[in-house]
Amino acid sequence: MIHSLFLVNPSGDIFLEKHWKSVVSRSVCDYFLEAREKALDPEDVPPVISTPHHYLISIYRDKLFFLSVIQTEVPPLFVIEFLHRVAEMIQDYFGECSETVIKDNVVMVYELLEEMLDNGFPLATESNVLKEMIRPPTILRSVVNTLTGSSNVGDKLPTGQLSTIPWRRAGVKYTNNEAYFDVVEEIDAILDRTGTTVFAEIQGVVEACVKLSGMPDLTLSFMNPRLLDDVSFHPCVRYKRWESERVLSFIPPDGNFTLMTYHVNAQNLVAIPVYVKHSINFFESGSGGRLDLTVGPKQTMGKTVEGVLVTVHMPKTVLSVSLNATQGSYTYDNATKVLVWDIGKLNPQKLPNLRGSLSLQTGAPKPEENPSLNIDLKIQQLAISGLKVNRLDMFGEKYKPFKGVKYITKAGKFQVRM
Amino acid sequence: MTDSKYFTTTKKGEIFELKAELNSDKKEKKKEAVKKVIASMTVGKDVSALFPDVVNCMQTDNLELKKLVYLYLMNYAKSQPDMAIMAVNTFVKDCEDPNPLIRALAVRTMGCIRVDKITEYLCEPLRKCLKDEDPYVRKTAAVCVAKLHDINAQLVEDQGFLDTLKDLISDSNPMVVANAVAALSEIAESHPNSNLLDLNPQSINKLLTALNECTEWGQIFILDCLANYAPRDDRESQSICERVTPRLSHANSAVVLSAVKVLMKFMEMLPKDLDYYGTLLKKLAPPLVTLLSAEPELQYVALRNINLIVQKRPEILKHEMKVFFVKYNDPIYVKLEKLDIMIRLASQANIAQVLAELKEYATEVDVDFVRKAVRAIGRCAIKVEQSAERCVSTLLDLIQTKVNYVVQEAIVVIKDIFRKYPNKYESVIATLCENLDSLDEPEARAAMIWIVGEYAERIDNADELLESFLEGFHDESTQVQLQLLTAIVKLFLKKPTETQELVQQVLSLATQDSDNPDLRDRGYIYWRLLSTDPVAAKEVVLAEKPLISEETDLIEPTLLEELICHIGTLASVYHKPPSAFVEGSRGVMHKRLPARTGSGESTESPDVGTIAGGSGTETAPSIIPSQGDLLGDLLNLDLAPPTTTGPPPPTSGMQMGGMDLLGGGLDSLLGGDIGGSAAMGAGFGAVPAVMPASLNAPMGGGLGDLFDLGGGVGMPLGAYIPPKTVWLPAMKAKGLEISGTFARRAGVIQMELTLTNKAMSVMTDFAIQFNRNSFGLAPAGPLQVLSPLSPNQTIEVSLPLSTVGPVMKMEPLNNLQVAVKNNIDVFYFSCQYPISMLFVEDGKMERQVFLATWKDIPNENESQFQIKDCHLNSDAASNKLQASNIFTIAKRTVEGQDMLYMSIKLSNGIWVLAELRVQTGNPNYTDLEISVKCRAPEVSQCVFQCCEAVLKN
Repeated sequence: MIHSLFLVNPSGDIFLEKHWKSVVSRSVCDYFLEAREKALDPEDVPPVISTPHHYLISIYRDKLFFLSVIQTEVPPLFVIEFLHRVAEMIQDYFGECSETVIKDNVVMVYELLEEMLDNGFPLATESNVLKEMIRPPTILRSVVNTLTGSSNVGDKLPTGQLSTIPWRRAGVKYTNNEAYFDVVEEIDAILDRTGTTVFAEIQGVVEACVKLSGMPDLTLSFMNPRLLDDVSFHPCVRYKRWESERVLSFIPPDGNFTLMTYHVNAQNLVAIPVYVKHSINFFESGSGGRLDLTVGPKQTMGKTVEGVLVTVHMPKTVLSVSLNATQGSYTYDNATKVLVWDIGKLNPQKLPNLRGSLSLQTGAPKPEENPSLNIDLKIQQLAISGLKVNRLDMFGEKYKPFKGVKYITKAGKFQVRM
Repeated sequence: MTDSKYFTTTKKGEIFELKAELNSDKKEKKKEAVKKVIASMTVGKDVSALFPDVVNCMQTDNLELKKLVYLYLMNYAKSQPDMAIMAVNTFVKDCEDPNPLIRALAVRTMGCIRVDKITEYLCEPLRKCLKDEDPYVRKTAAVCVAKLHDINAQLVEDQGFLDTLKDLISDSNPMVVANAVAALSEIAESHPNSNLLDLNPQSINKLLTALNECTEWGQIFILDCLANYAPRDDRESQSICERVTPRLSHANSAVVLSAVKVLMKFMEMLPKDLDYYGTLLKKLAPPLVTLLSAEPELQYVALRNINLIVQKRPEILKHEMKVFFVKYNDPIYVKLEKLDIMIRLASQANIAQVLAELKEYATEVDVDFVRKAVRAIGRCAIKVEQSAERCVSTLLDLIQTKVNYVVQEAIVVIKDIFRKYPNKYESVIATLCENLDSLDEPEARAAMIWIVGEYAERIDNADELLESFLEGFHDESTQVQLQLLTAIVKLFLKKPTETQELVQQVLSLATQDSDNPDLRDRGYIYWRLLSTDPVAAKEVVLAEKPLISEETDLIEPTLLEELICHIGTLASVYHKPPSAFVEGSRGVMHKRLPARTGSGESTESPDVGTIAGGSGTETAPSIIPSQGDLLGDLLNLDLAPPTTTGPPPPTSGMQMGGMDLLGGGLDSLLGGDIGGSAAMGAGFGAVPAVMPASLNAPMGGGLGDLFDLGGGVGMPLGAYIPPKTVWLPAMKAKGLEISGTFARRAGVIQMELTLTNKAMSVMTDFAIQFNRNSFGLAPAGPLQVLSPLSPNQTIEVSLPLSTVGPVMKMEPLNNLQVAVKNNIDVFYFSCQYPISMLFVEDGKMERQVFLATWKDIPNENESQFQIKDCHLNSDAASNKLQASNIFTIAKRTVEGQDMLYMSIKLSNGIWVLAELRVQTGNPNYTDLEISVKCRAPEVSQCVFQCCEAVLKN
């Protein structure tokens, strides 16, 4: 099982180590650091590295490497999933996951890690269980603690730990009972030069914020559940009900959680909300070139497209750009060769345009690689797949909760080839 | 106020100051001090000097302080074992605490203190905690058993903790069950044969119930454990699949992949025409696709596994090509894996799409990726014949870009396309030749030279082109040098008149000015060929080449099967069997897919089913583990001087035939006396006529007299032959599977072998050799495998054996260690032969002699055995036994019992006498009793076993 964990910052310093079995010397990280040196980007470090006596499985998240050491055959996905949980836990407790935050709370992080694994076996990874064992820091609590000498460590067995619903603690009480659901859809797409869709799919997620007293039993149904190709549920969802009736029936965890993720694969269902007219030319002489980009709305179901951001990865030899944007502003980073054009809201009457000249390094040949263009966007109050929540019912409790559903569509990995 | 304050140091020295604070009277100060110590520990500083001071803080009511001290203890106890003892009392006390959290914490921490002295004190508290009323404590204790086992395995076994742990599998709380499974799985990893996780339908049912209720991590443990189970039939298999399928919708990708493993494995048993089989196939695709939208690290592991799944069951993902299209911002390791899978999924239906994508990738920025994309185009051409033309034109387009590394990769793959489709695309050669100068990588240069040599007759200036390469001959890499040598020889054979000078130049460069032995030898071979017989040279050098195979990088079927059983593990990421790399897995059980039980699929060998799941069948062959000793023995045998002077005695001649296991004796035999034995000829695979495959004829003088003596018996029919068992599984022998049995036919002992080639390449040059054994068994001739064994082919061979080989007593007596050689390697295995093979045909003793001998053999040499449930009367038994050369000499009936007196003679002259008692009066009493008497009592057990086998078959 998981032997040790090292946290490594981008410059290669190990700033935290935790061992769940015998102590493994940190020199084992050298193999990892070597691979890190070799990789062009930190993202490119292979997640599984073998060394003569150990295996190193790592993730790169929030500009930090979470590096685990294992010695026997352990499912790598198990380890990777766990490492992501660690990152999420830190985020959840301290509001962000960064080296500074971890160093500022090193003892608590260490205590938390000890609660999460025992002998390398996951022990408590559910946020609400952990929070009962070790309370998250708040300013008020730390003041009280200094005055009274009490501590952040709970001395009672968390109630959720052993019940068949480990995700919910007993005795939850709110004065305002509310349940909000966000349906968030991300479009992953590749469009080719002519604007034809090479590949498109929708990754959807239903995020929930449930603050309900007692033990509510909720049922959420959709208008059109058949849309969904593949679903993954939070463990609280009763799978059998979904199989037979296509409704989500569950006793929710307390607070924020991801109720389900889904997938819409069928190409004809994936609407592409924007189009890009682009032309990039380099002069045969090799001294420069011209760029012309126009973005316009396509299938937006009558909604406004906002937060549009175009990112172009320029060929390496492009030295500087001199462009003119009719809307928004642009920046060009010469070190990374990335052109970012922040457009904002799309106005169908007056399409934003960016054009101008590119200058190349002197003497450099005409670039041979094709630049690629990524788009970010946001559409409020729309799930692009057309998914709609029908109703939410609550059983098991008597009060009347506030309910609400929000929809939002975003671009995921939305790529246009030029 | 943050924890970073714990890192500030003062002038006096940190340790000194901490010590003072730890011994402070104020609780709060103490706690702060321990926090500082922990903070230093987390960054790898050595604070072990504070051990006694920290341990002193342990006895406290403050849980946080207690936990902090425990954290410290776990890290440093090992370095201060004597001091750690100080903590024991507190632990033992805490294990009795009314608060379950404290009890669990104590047992958990104690297990982490890896000090022998402490573990002794741990046993009693642990035993209590395993039976604790609180499930939280029980589940913590379960893990503690695994910890303790890691420190002191013997102790855990002696204390009976393993049994308690097994009982926890039936616990009422699913979390306890999951932890027990996890602990047992970890322990089982270091005890591959211990059969700790005894899976049977009842325990499986419990696991499946717990699966629905336990945490996501517990589900992973349970699913991985389920995957080791071998269902009895397709129905059970289906019901497990049905209960596992919902896990495919879990948010945790590790759960999903473990579920995929169980399904992929158990699916194997379902009949393909079953509706459910199709349903299941459909259900597998969406979760696999979804894994690809997760974080890149998860994607990577998923892709490595999908790569296996696609090879095993391409139908699952055949419509999902698009999800493997590479995105611009995928990390490189994801891109490369996706590319691999795209090629595997490429088919006539989707090739246009794939090619368009690949062409796109070939213009990306990342050089490694671009190269692989170009190669992929070539692989598509070879895989999908209809697309070859389009691929070639795509490659030509890419060559036009003149991007150096693209051109070079393109030329390398075009060479392969030429080999796959000869005489089809040679029109592009001219274009290729234009780019000759830009090639600077050895592989591309070698490929280009190969093309020029191969098509020399179509390239007008081939000689000039090759000559230009020749100028810098010594600076080229070996690959290019060898290719250049061959190409020029080809050119010479095609255009001998103009190129004589060139060929001489290259031959002298290769043979005289080079110190590379490969190059020199190849040069000499060509030189000699050309100078002795140019016509023959032409036949050799310009021989028609075999077409290259469709896909070169498929995983061998047996390895693939094993890897499918290991989906989701490190093995699946590395595509290597776990035994190849996981440290500390002593003798990992090889896992295999179960056989389909339904009808219709008869191609799979019936033996597979019994081995599946690795649940240990008794007949499983033992593979000789350490090759050191044995190899020594076998080598010794080989070195025994062959008798080559004069006409050799026939027996030794036969032995020599089978002796060329390591090829060492070949030269001396070749050079020596040709009249040695015709059998030797067969040893070289030349004269098959000497040894007909069905050896019913006597092999030579040595066996001939045995044969004569068998005359009185009258050809017995149906002598017992045990069924064939797998002696050497394919995964132990690079794809060669050997199963076999022994038979005695007409006085000749035969080893009957079934050789199956489960590898991807042809196997030739088989030879066999035995280690010294108890009865001097040795091959009486060479192994008759006349034609090469092509992949997936099976061949039956009979090998006659003699009993005049060197003798060494084996344990067990009838153990035989065998080495088999082929063109790939030498493999070793051991098998046991039924001793009845050695019962000779003249084993019928005179009555008087029998009586005298029976009395003569001391009573302590007599052994008694029972054969249960044998429905035979004495005559039938007698006949059956006679067929195996166990002769009945006399029969008596006493008080409803038939007594048969029997004699056996072994090939080495040992006599065995036996008395068999058969109940005749009572039909319900079906046990036979047998007493065996022999001067060498060691054989009694073997003889009995063999009588039992004969009578029961």
